Amino acid sequence: MLEDFFFRALLGGIGVAIVAGPVGCFIIWRRLAYFGDTLSHSALLGVAMALLLELNITLSVFFISLIVSLLLLLLQKRASLSSDALLGLLAHATLAVGLVVLAFMTWVRVDLMGFLFGDILAVTTNDLAVIWLGGLAVLIGLSFIWRRLFAATVNYELAKAEGAKPDFTNIVFMVLVAAVIAVSMKLVGVLLITALLIIPAATARRFAKSPEHMAVIAAVIGALSVFVGLNGSLQWDTPAGPSIVVAALAGFIISVLPMPKLMAKNDARTSDLKRNFEEVGE
Amino acid sequence: MTVEPGEIVTLIGPNGSGKSTTAKMALGVLDPDEGMASQKSNLRASYVPQRLEVNWTLPITVTRFLELTNRATQKQMQDALEATETSHLSGAQMSKLSGGEHQRVLLARAILRAPEFLVLDEPVQGVDFNGEIALYRLIENIRNKLNCGVLLISHDLHVVMSTTDRVLCLNGHICCSGSPANVASSDEFRSLFGERAASGLALYEHRHDHEHMPDGTLVENGAGPNNSGEDANSIRKAENGVEINA
Repeated sequence: MLEDFFFRALLGGIGVAIVAGPVGCFIIWRRLAYFGDTLSHSALLGVAMALLLELNITLSVFFISLIVSLLLLLLQKRASLSSDALLGLLAHATLAVGLVVLAFMTWVRVDLMGFLFGDILAVTTNDLAVIWLGGLAVLIGLSFIWRRLFAATVNYELAKAEGAKPDFTNIVFMVLVAAVIAVSMKLVGVLLITALLIIPAATARRFAKSPEHMAVIAAVIGALSVFVGLNGSLQWDTPAGPSIVVAALAGFIISVLPMPKLMAKNDARTSDLKRNFEEVGE
Repeated sequence: MTVEPGEIVTLIGPNGSGKSTTAKMALGVLDPDEGMASQKSNLRASYVPQRLEVNWTLPITVTRFLELTNRATQKQMQDALEATETSHLSGAQMSKLSGGEHQRVLLARAILRAPEFLVLDEPVQGVDFNGEIALYRLIENIRNKLNCGVLLISHDLHVVMSTTDRVLCLNGHICCSGSPANVASSDEFRSLFGERAASGLALYEHRHDHEHMPDGTLVENGAGPNNSGEDANSIRKAENGVEINA
């Protein structure tokens, strides 16, 4: 089955979605959407460095993302610019530097569209191993810091006062985000990674009762989006990466639609309960 | 200043006087710019911050919130919620609570950890009047049961718990400190405030030897403005003394 390019794409996409779901939840909770965007933009610089120095692309993207996120931490403490201005600066500066470096290397021909929007249909068995092993490592790392990271997300000072070591977990989380971006860049590309991180998590919010619940739902919704998007792309001959994002978007739109039937049912149930209570009281 | 096990120390003072900052230094959240703050090693602290906003994107029930920094059994959580009269909220989403309910749940979470050092930054804000007295009683009970040190911040200059062991009035430095019990047991106090003292509240009498100008500079009572150079030194001296041994 692994010989079939479509099946490989499906397997790779679902692998990325399962990791992106829980990580994306934290990105939403911590209001880091633009941070994820900045890191993924910097991935292009990672690609350029890899080609220039003949390194492994995934590793190079990982390290460049990591350097950018640490740089951001440093600048936030030092500089007088606001966080969003710093993020905008880093995002587009790294993207532009990446493009310029690529242009200088006249001896390499790169498929820029592939890096920007991903080439999920060209996923090799080797890529699959990187995605699933890297993804597994990210999930293990995340589950290791999950409770402490969540406490730091709710309130940094409370977490610090009560010994949850928020500074440490924040740095580990940045490493994990960098890893997710490095692993998933080949599939959905630099420009669409943030979408895969954020949209399924945003969709999951409405149905979630607890943080853990939301993470699982986000992973499932992401995987579903990959499945629907890829099949749609096959059906209508649309680009695969953007089709996945469109499928995720459709899911989000459905989730924000008012559901009067569902609500009415719940209301009826509670008012029944209330009535029963009152009768017992009498 | 120090907070010993079993002792309730209350910080009072106007807005921006450094009450919360002092509490954060005591917890090790902030590092002091000058002077030093120290804790007993492996101190189990609980913190009720002044502001803790749970926004809508975070799906978290009261029960899950109780377990934010530590695991607890069903029974422990039930007891903590009952103590703060919030057991009916156990399944509610944090973002849907009212201000007073929110504060009660924060307190429930803090006591659930059975802390050795409990820091409460305006713990009763938004709580109704009867609830306020009950929660202050609860804090006293917790102290008696766990023998923990309590650092309490009150925004109110006048109303301070009768169980407070020591009151510190801050305004950029320690303006004055003392035991409210001594003040409360004095005859003048009883004749003036007997009823309210009996209801669980006491008044901390204010006797400052200096005044604050609008910009925060100090003027000693009966002294002219040309003494201000000396006052600046006294601020530094006061700031050097922050020490927490719980």
